[in-house]
Amino acid sequence: MRAGTTIARWCAPAIALAAICLATCAFALTFPALSGRVVDEANLLDGPTRQALTRKLEDLESRTTTQLVVVTLDSLQGTTIEDYGYQLGRTWKIGQQGANNGALLIVAPKERKVRIEVGYGLEATLTDAVSRLIIENAILPRFRAGDLAGGITRGVDDLVQVLSGGAEEFKQRARPAARTPGPMVSLLHWMLTSELGLFVVFLIIIFALNGLQSLLIRLGLARRAGRRGRSPWIVPIPSGSSGSSWSSGGSSWGSGSSGGGFSGGGGSFGGGGSSGSW
Amino acid sequence: MASVFKVIRISAFAVCASLFLAGCGINNIPTYEEQAKAKWSDVQNQYQRRADLIPNLVETVKGYAAQEKSVLEAVTEARAKATSIKVDASTVTDPETFKKFQDAQAQLSGALGRLIAVSEAYPDLKSNQNFLALQSQLEGTENRIAVARRDYIEAVRVFNTELRTFPGVIWASTLYRAHKPMETFAAAADAARPPQVKF
Repeated sequence: MRAGTTIARWCAPAIALAAICLATCAFALTFPALSGRVVDEANLLDGPTRQALTRKLEDLESRTTTQLVVVTLDSLQGTTIEDYGYQLGRTWKIGQQGANNGALLIVAPKERKVRIEVGYGLEATLTDAVSRLIIENAILPRFRAGDLAGGITRGVDDLVQVLSGGAEEFKQRARPAARTPGPMVSLLHWMLTSELGLFVVFLIIIFALNGLQSLLIRLGLARRAGRRGRSPWIVPIPSGSSGSSWSSGGSSWGSGSSGGGFSGGGGSFGGGGSSGSW
Repeated sequence: MASVFKVIRISAFAVCASLFLAGCGINNIPTYEEQAKAKWSDVQNQYQRRADLIPNLVETVKGYAAQEKSVLEAVTEARAKATSIKVDASTVTDPETFKKFQDAQAQLSGALGRLIAVSEAYPDLKSNQNFLALQSQLEGTENRIAVARRDYIEAVRVFNTELRTFPGVIWASTLYRAHKPMETFAAAADAARPPQVKF
């Protein structure tokens, strides 16, 4: 009986956690794949327009490291564009890591909503008020006239202009991790920063020491460490079963190769920007 | 030579043991607590930012709609009340102060909502550039508050879950007895409801 209640006490939080996981899964939004700088899920743009926009956005990033992405959505999946926007930005990790200099222009034609979502690092440049002005003056008049492609193009032009405005400030900012590190670099980084990686490093050191010790013994330069004929292991190596509990330690390496395409730099979003509807 | 290897063996053991303990989550409770505290200061910052915007907004509205005295006063009062509550990192483990803080901010949200709703009736005010800028900043701040609150709720959920589930519960009941569960925001705040507009 007592054992039963104890088990119940231990299980209850686990069940609660599982329930929370299920609940969050049920409400989780799905996001389109980041196929490029212009993700036209709602099919509002023709080929040449898309290419022209992509060129402008590439140019912006090469000059300022700022990542701006245009996205049109089939549906907001029942949530607000503000809620969808910051989560999309976080999922795609638009903007450079640390600088958080990413922004999104989101158009949801079905809900007739548009939003400029601004990453943490751009909130001082592309303020809420400036975002609002771009939406009100450049985008919405054209959207209301039915010219969605024109509104998006004009909005991107204005955004690029604003984001290039503080060019001097941007130039001083060092290009942080614009290139993805090579596999050896990321392996080294992983070894030195994650617990599992450090453990692996120590295992290697211990193996090396063992090797060195047995070499010295063989050469007659050192005596056997074990008094009762123990094997020369310096530290017993954990057996396979106990070792398996380590595998969840660090999964942070392998920084996701971009495969030549466009990918987010690791930026984050906190709800800055402005929205409008037409 | 053998003693050198003995020292190495012992230190290697110590390193492995500490790594093993780290793998068991001995560091999780302080780590999650710091993360939750950082999210809390985000929440505080955003509320502070809103409070900083309000005097300017009130002044601008006064210039066009001085007759809306009661609404303007309600906002000023609610702001004074909200900013008078002293909050810091310890507030999150103090249910009483936390509730006071939340109530005061909710009241301010309500008063602000009424002010924005009332200003709809003044075309001159609505077309004023200063007012438009303030309004968009206020909207942006409200949105940032919502995001910061959600991030905080999530961080607290992780921390509180760690305190109550295995293996965190072992550390919580031995090493980290002083670490109390944190308070979290009620999911559906009054602020989420649109303000009632009476004409």
